[in-house]
Amino acid sequence: MSDYIEKNLDHDGVDRRRFLKCMAWAGTGTLCVLQGGVLRSFALSDVLQRKIGNISGELSFVQISDSHIGFNKEANPDVTATLREAIVKVNALPTPPSFVLHTGDLTQLSKPEEFDTLAESLKSLKTGRIFYVPGEHDVLSDNGEMFRERFGQGTQGDGWYSFDQNGAHFIGLVNVLNLKAGGLGNLGREQLEWLEKDVSGLKSNTPLVVFAHIPLWAVYPQWGWGTDDSEQALSYLKRFGSVTVLNGHIHQTMQKVEGNITFHTACSTAFPQPQPGQAASPGPMKVPSEKLRELLGITDVNFVRGKHTLGITDSSLA
Amino acid sequence: MKSKKATWIFGMTAIVVVGLVSMVGTRKIWAAGAGPSPGGIEVKIDNFSFGPMTMAVAVGATVTWTNYDDVPHTVVSDDKTTFKSKALDTGEHFSYTFLKPGKYPYFCSVHPKMVAEVVVQ
Repeated sequence: MSDYIEKNLDHDGVDRRRFLKCMAWAGTGTLCVLQGGVLRSFALSDVLQRKIGNISGELSFVQISDSHIGFNKEANPDVTATLREAIVKVNALPTPPSFVLHTGDLTQLSKPEEFDTLAESLKSLKTGRIFYVPGEHDVLSDNGEMFRERFGQGTQGDGWYSFDQNGAHFIGLVNVLNLKAGGLGNLGREQLEWLEKDVSGLKSNTPLVVFAHIPLWAVYPQWGWGTDDSEQALSYLKRFGSVTVLNGHIHQTMQKVEGNITFHTACSTAFPQPQPGQAASPGPMKVPSEKLRELLGITDVNFVRGKHTLGITDSSLA
Repeated sequence: MKSKKATWIFGMTAIVVVGLVSMVGTRKIWAAGAGPSPGGIEVKIDNFSFGPMTMAVAVGATVTWTNYDDVPHTVVSDDKTTFKSKALDTGEHFSYTFLKPGKYPYFCSVHPKMVAEVVVQ
């Protein structure tokens, strides 16, 4: 496999239906840059060895995910320690991120003390602000009430919201509530209506970044890795030239480009999960302790206004 | 006199025993806990699935679900009202006593791909 993949997208970026799919464990890592309609994907090792020029832009932010504070089983008996290592990694970035997105599963069991530990740990992040969306582990017993009280102040409905930063529009969605028997992740009618309205006034050249816990594309529905009504949500985003979707939930990095939309999933800071279908179930993957940190990590995103550029870098904790 | 006292003691003992039994009975209808499974009819939650997926039991039977996974699961009837466990961590269990015949489909509300059914005859 070559170190980089290039794919030409058409001007409107929407009529190319074949998708590019690359998948990399955080141990190797991937950097993706969208420049003037061309998506480029590089091995992180090349970036770190400075084989590639600087891609820094006027906005950079970091995604962290799936901290699972409270988990204490064999796959990683100290998830608070690995979260702290992720924070150290973020704080070591040459440019402090404007903000950090946490894409859910802050906790293992939605317990107050788990939320406390998470919030306390993240206080040491050197960044302007932290935005959150809940994972299914954060809404176990109260439909997310405690999560919203602590991390979702000022949000709409079940906790969705949007904000603008440096010309890009960010949308946090909730797809872990009101799940139906036999189904996948769920956005629901109310949230879809809100989303349609939220983007209706935006110019089509506004870069969009959508983040939610469960992937908004069918990664592996057999394991519940997808969202039932995500197609509906994405249909509202088709007219936009640059859409980036950031998810967590599957504890591994995966990427797909379909038309104008780049999908990306982040690593967990807690424990890895198997590749789709490569185990009996998507449960925590037990790896030798010296391998663990290669499979955990953070995602760093750079945005350059005017060039529609979003560069995505995954770094392992190793 | 003696026999009256014996009758009284017997009566009181019976009341206490009936009381205890009914308390236990109540707890069994809606119970969750950790530790060893209370025995009886068991459904194992393992590898993100309920086993067995379909189970036939008699009216009045108590079924106990035990979570053997490293992640929390729930046991929730499809109607979300007949029975609904809290999130069961590893080793925790939940019991429900089925008092009416019928089909009881249920799922894990955290991982809704996990579906199964109890048939009460």
